[in-house]
Amino acid sequence: METLAFYLFAFLAVAGGILLVAFRNPVSSALSMVLSFVGLAGLFIGLNAYFVGIVQILVYAGAIMVLFIFIIMLLDLNDEKSIKLRSSSVVAGIVIPLLLVAQILGVIQTGYQGEPNDFKKITSDSMKKSAEYFVQVDEDKKALPRKEQSAIYKSLTHEISPKLPDTNLIGHTIFKSYNYPLQVMGALLLVATIGVVILSKRSNKQAPADS
Amino acid sequence: MASLNDYLFVSGLLFAIGLSGVIVRRNIIVIFMCLELMLAAASLTLVAFSRFNLSNGLPDYNGQVFVFFIITVAAAEVAVGLAIIVALYRARQTINVEDLTSMRG
Repeated sequence: METLAFYLFAFLAVAGGILLVAFRNPVSSALSMVLSFVGLAGLFIGLNAYFVGIVQILVYAGAIMVLFIFIIMLLDLNDEKSIKLRSSSVVAGIVIPLLLVAQILGVIQTGYQGEPNDFKKITSDSMKKSAEYFVQVDEDKKALPRKEQSAIYKSLTHEISPKLPDTNLIGHTIFKSYNYPLQVMGALLLVATIGVVILSKRSNKQAPADS
Repeated sequence: MASLNDYLFVSGLLFAIGLSGVIVRRNIIVIFMCLELMLAAASLTLVAFSRFNLSNGLPDYNGQVFVFFIITVAAAEVAVGLAIIVALYRARQTINVEDLTSMRG
């Protein structure tokens, strides 16, 4: 079942990517990019990264694709059929990625010789064990809630349906270990917003009136 | 369940497709989309290693935090890049990279 889902979503992602390169019409390219990202989000969810998968769909399919389509429609592009592709760049665009794929295949063939590289299962027993460790680590820091109140602990040791509290754990990691980078990200988004506003202002000050 | 190598291969394949798009296509918006595809392929690698490298029985969430940051940077990058493309189109009336040669030496 899991293997089937992996192949389905991997096929979606790769097919979306190929269509993205192959379509001549930019709108079709944007839609196939979304297909590819939905496949990728499925792969993330298959890897127990639920939060990242959902964020991938929200940000890419929700925000970035709309922005792309908006700009494509705004610019009202001519059909790209009139543009001729240069044969040298087509050959380079096929040969160089094929070399890259061959290299990756070679690395994969030789990388893990004899060692098992299957993913270890995350079962309810293993989650219970890691919950104990998790609380042990946390109780040294006084600020965190007691073991029984912690949402992560509760979710990991739930009797009926223990779940991996993915979002809580990511939030825990971000705010504990990556607090400073998070602030930098906020500044980056602010700077990007200001930059976009300045870039998209129409520069009609070519002939200043005051001189 | 599919092994780590399968995920790494899919990620490499997506990266190669994005690279070929960047080399072949002449439309700057499509080139930009292919760059996004390459970023997303790299984050698939990060998530796969995060799941593979269990720490205390839980996935290593450092990798997933990196992916979160990559998505943030990609969103900011798309906003700024598309603003630059719109400004470029206003100035030159084209988004074909063959026609934008003023920086060629």
